[in-house]
Amino acid sequence: MSKRRISVFSMMVAAGMTLALIGSAGAADKAIKVATQSPLSGDQSLTGVDIKRGAEMALEQLGGPLTALGFKVTLAPFDDQANPDNGVANAKQIVSDPAILGIVGHYNSGVQIPSSEVYHTSGLVNVSPANTNPKVTTRGYLEVNRIVGRDDVQGVVGADFAAAKGVKTAFVVHDKSAYGQGIAEFFKKRAEENKIKLLGFEGTEEKANFDALLSPVIAGNPDMVYFGGMAAQAALLFKQAREKGYEGTFMSDDGFDSADAAKIGGKTLLSGGGTFYSTVAGPASVYPGTAKFIEDFTAKYKAAPQPFAAQSFDCMAIVLKAIENAAVANKNEVPTREAVAKAVRALQGFKGITGTYTFNAIGDPEKSLYFIQQVKSADPAAWPTNPIVQTLEIAPPK
Amino acid sequence: MVSSYLKALFDKVNQGPLAYVFILVHMIAGTFLVYTQPRSNLAFLVLITSFLSLYFFRADARFKLIVAAIMALVIIPIIGVRNIFYLEVIFQISVFAALALGLNIVVGFAGLLDLGYVAFYAVGAYLWAFFGSQQFYVLHFAPGTQPAGLPFLLPGDAFYMFLLVGVVIAGLTGILLGLPVLRLKGDYLAIVTLGFGEVIRVLANNLDKPLNITNGPQGITPIQRPTMPEFAVDWFNTIFSPLIGHPISRADMYNLMFYILALMVIIVIIFVTRRLDDSKLGRAWTAVREDETAAIAQGIPLVRMKLTAFAVGASFAGVMGVLLAASRTFISPESFTFMQSIGVLSMVILGGSGSIPGVILGAATVTILNLQVLQGFSLYLNDLRQSDAVIPVINFAWKNLSTQLDPAKYQKLLFGLILILMMIFRPAGLIPAKRRKRDVAREETK
Amino acid sequence: MKRFLRYINVYELVRPIGQLLVFSVGSAAAMSAIVVALALVLDRSAVGVHLMEKLNVTVLTYTLTNLPQVVIDGLTIGFVYAAIALGYTMVYGVLQFINFAHSEIFAVGAFVGVELLIFLQSAGVLAGASLFMAYAYLLLAILLGMLAAGGLAVAVERIAYRPLRGASRLVPLISAIGVSFLLQDVIRLVEGLTSGQFNRIMPTFGNFDDRIIFGKLVLGASKLTLGISIKSIIVIVVAVLMLVGLNYLVNATRVGKAIRAVAQDMPTASLMGINVNRIISLTFLVGGLLGGAAGVLYALKFTRIDPFIGFFPGLKAFTAAVLGGIGNMTGALLGGIILGLLETFAGSYMGTFTMGAAGSEYKDIFAFSILILVLIFRPQGLMGKNVGQKA
Repeated sequence: MSKRRISVFSMMVAAGMTLALIGSAGAADKAIKVATQSPLSGDQSLTGVDIKRGAEMALEQLGGPLTALGFKVTLAPFDDQANPDNGVANAKQIVSDPAILGIVGHYNSGVQIPSSEVYHTSGLVNVSPANTNPKVTTRGYLEVNRIVGRDDVQGVVGADFAAAKGVKTAFVVHDKSAYGQGIAEFFKKRAEENKIKLLGFEGTEEKANFDALLSPVIAGNPDMVYFGGMAAQAALLFKQAREKGYEGTFMSDDGFDSADAAKIGGKTLLSGGGTFYSTVAGPASVYPGTAKFIEDFTAKYKAAPQPFAAQSFDCMAIVLKAIENAAVANKNEVPTREAVAKAVRALQGFKGITGTYTFNAIGDPEKSLYFIQQVKSADPAAWPTNPIVQTLEIAPPK
Repeated sequence: MVSSYLKALFDKVNQGPLAYVFILVHMIAGTFLVYTQPRSNLAFLVLITSFLSLYFFRADARFKLIVAAIMALVIIPIIGVRNIFYLEVIFQISVFAALALGLNIVVGFAGLLDLGYVAFYAVGAYLWAFFGSQQFYVLHFAPGTQPAGLPFLLPGDAFYMFLLVGVVIAGLTGILLGLPVLRLKGDYLAIVTLGFGEVIRVLANNLDKPLNITNGPQGITPIQRPTMPEFAVDWFNTIFSPLIGHPISRADMYNLMFYILALMVIIVIIFVTRRLDDSKLGRAWTAVREDETAAIAQGIPLVRMKLTAFAVGASFAGVMGVLLAASRTFISPESFTFMQSIGVLSMVILGGSGSIPGVILGAATVTILNLQVLQGFSLYLNDLRQSDAVIPVINFAWKNLSTQLDPAKYQKLLFGLILILMMIFRPAGLIPAKRRKRDVAREETK
Repeated sequence: MKRFLRYINVYELVRPIGQLLVFSVGSAAAMSAIVVALALVLDRSAVGVHLMEKLNVTVLTYTLTNLPQVVIDGLTIGFVYAAIALGYTMVYGVLQFINFAHSEIFAVGAFVGVELLIFLQSAGVLAGASLFMAYAYLLLAILLGMLAAGGLAVAVERIAYRPLRGASRLVPLISAIGVSFLLQDVIRLVEGLTSGQFNRIMPTFGNFDDRIIFGKLVLGASKLTLGISIKSIIVIVVAVLMLVGLNYLVNATRVGKAIRAVAQDMPTASLMGINVNRIISLTFLVGGLLGGAAGVLYALKFTRIDPFIGFFPGLKAFTAAVLGGIGNMTGALLGGIILGLLETFAGSYMGTFTMGAAGSEYKDIFAFSILILVLIFRPQGLMGKNVGQKA
């Protein structure tokens, strides 16, 4: 293509994009929007995109009651690129759109914390599917809620399970993300209290080549290897450890709850001491809604859902229900953001596909159910049938 | 031929009172549009481009200064409070403009390709983050396990002092980086600076054991801000709230305060850069950039030139880092990735390396593209996808458009395209540096 | 037989293998010596006490027992880095220009190879394949990956670099960075449109995951198995073949002579009647072929690939090339092996040697620091003559 043609083409694209800018103002009378913010680009887009998709599906499937009341509800997805600057800028754009009555997000606590300051100033309710850092709710904002368990509980649950299983030595690895390291730190703290000897505590950003990391692990031959982080890394680490001759038990957190783990790890997850993981999302055997969710999701998006997609589905369901309640209380008119935020807190025993939710005074779910599951099949399609080994009901710390 | 026709038209308009009229009309139109349509992105663009017309049209310097001051100090605060997103965009433009100006000194003036520039930004940010928060008392706690109710090390007002401390510390870091890479040129320098940027990021992510200095990937929060006297909020409200339509809160006032601070820092930076450009140092940098061997032959002290370039460039980034930490009250390693370095580089390249107005234009363009245009386009496509609309001629329902084709997801693609296209078609940038203009002209007559 | 031998330059075939052996053994020995010396010193300090508490062994025993496996792992990754580094070094030798986009060419090769295997798997062919067919399919994937990567490299050169030849230093470099970013997102876009997935996983087939066990070593209360997986053997063998092939091409054929001529002095080479543009395209092609093969090998060894896998291996491979002496093929080999060993040694031992203060999270910084040190004290790299940088 000649230089002239390329420049004309680029100018046309630019003009087109500018024209598109015009089209973001006009809102119909009873139009409501719910926003999502998660990383849609960059290396964390794997989970971020599925958070958006989970919310999208929930809107499709559960938006009925609101449409019946005469509202038009649409989704407004935003990409925070896992970057706090973008998160805050998007947050400001979100709160300046009066049609947006709630936001489902984020994935990174590092982005959620500064963005939620903006939500708080405008009274916009934020229900989070994936932020586990305790600091998210310890600020005590009315608008900030989450449905996942906190790091300081999930790590503890893992360590208690390990102690109950008779584990005497453990090696902890995490992925140097706020999520993974957060859980790993609390696992470590609790494990030391439970008199489990920690042979190592290492973080790694490495996604593929764990040979170097595994040498001290294999050398120590701990009873259990705990990984705080996401399924793709965890499964690969476990597989490589098995290949090097490690026979002990593997354990991970709810980032492991994805069929990708079976795809990557295969039979190595079943041999030796087996693989366990803690989750807050009910598996299909306890919550039939989850099975349907996985089915619908795979049919619509041609891929199995990643961790936190189901939680995102529930967050959107909660926001929709709250908007509905607030609208009915407001004589079927568009409710205020404050009303919606209060309605979220007022929900009692909301039955989602990942659990039953009531929010306490700071926005944590009262008494989350924690499940410890074991990997029983190397077939990714059979992932939802992994059996529950233990169930615990724990209230979050005050 | 189209461009030369436009140029002739522009020259005809750009003289006498017509220029003044044009500037004023553009400005007033922009203000009016944004005031009446607070959520229209197009209106915002019209307002921002009025700065461009302020630059390009020929008018009396005092007139330009007064108009610019009114815009910056009156109009932008008002519309910024009506729609806080715009104030955020402008704040980010200011921050990135300062960063781009700093990188401009290293890349544009001295010709040293620094791919790890964001490291200095990180140094400034973590400096205030450490001293202005409780982190000193958290040194012996693992990230996430610290108790509540710890005291702060320094009062919030120490922030002003730390603006200066940030300059010094970041400058020292720049010298530290400059020392090992003195003998390197071009490609090697680029890779080493890339490595250095990554090293700083990995350190920020990992310095949480044995002593918890940076709190690892969870970042440091809360970070203090300088105190805001009550009377400032009241004063602003009494004067401006009828224009805005509602009284403003403390949070809004803080946003405005940091915007004004960023503006002041930029003015200082522009002043310093212009003085450097016209000084002996600036000319020495140009000599080094064009032909190092000849420069040495002329007796230019190479070591001092390079180190000064690094130090000055780094100090700009350091100041902005301190400002960023205070304005966000939160800092984490995720703000300081390689993408950010390339983002700042693309601003410099797009605008015109070595040219001050060019670099500011580059910063504004990339920031607006990233925050508004891409996002706006993607939201627009998303609305279409959720509606029942159909593209007329080929009868393709928008609903069927793959969700993968979402412009907001492809920021890297945008940066890559900007860099490639600019290099092929206009390597001197949108507003080329004045010296460059002469070189380019010379090449064209060959 | 003798006539056949006259056509082949046997020396050039054997020389690189000899070099590889010497490099591998030499650097492994050197690093082992350093690490053992460190262990001896640390045994008397707090580190020794700490390790005794945890594992009931001395630092020396710990070091020695882990050493063989660490060396094997280090060499495996070292050969992968060497293969990628050759692509960088070839282009730099000819054009004095870092091809930043090489990391994405590596990634594209990996994707094409893996997509082929996934396709074969969904066609049901892989599951029941005999051992011979499994290797045949793997070879097919490697070849396809090589072709795709080579083609892409040539296209990139034509579109993004050729118009910029002759411009100042920074211009093609910045364009290369742009291409790298562009390709990352293009891969993501294509993957998203065709398969909707971010991660692609190499199917398991054949006997690649099996390990050959050499024996067991005792360490305190546990036993360490010393072994090497078939995957690693394949990686090393294919990498060695490629290195030998490349070396033969450059040093023992006419085309190679042309490449060396262009690398030495481009204007004079063109005066000698060499079509410089064609040689440059050929250089990119060869570099791309190597990068593509390295990509498929990487996918084989590490199972999971995503659009961003190019960045870090590419960066480290470039570090390796510079470490060895850029523009110099032997240097790329040596640099790759040393970097691989260094990284693995650092990752395995740092945690223990520092009592957990600095663990394997710092192994990347280790590599970069070595690069900076080498560039300060010996800018031409370990093996380079001062090729000189274009001013």
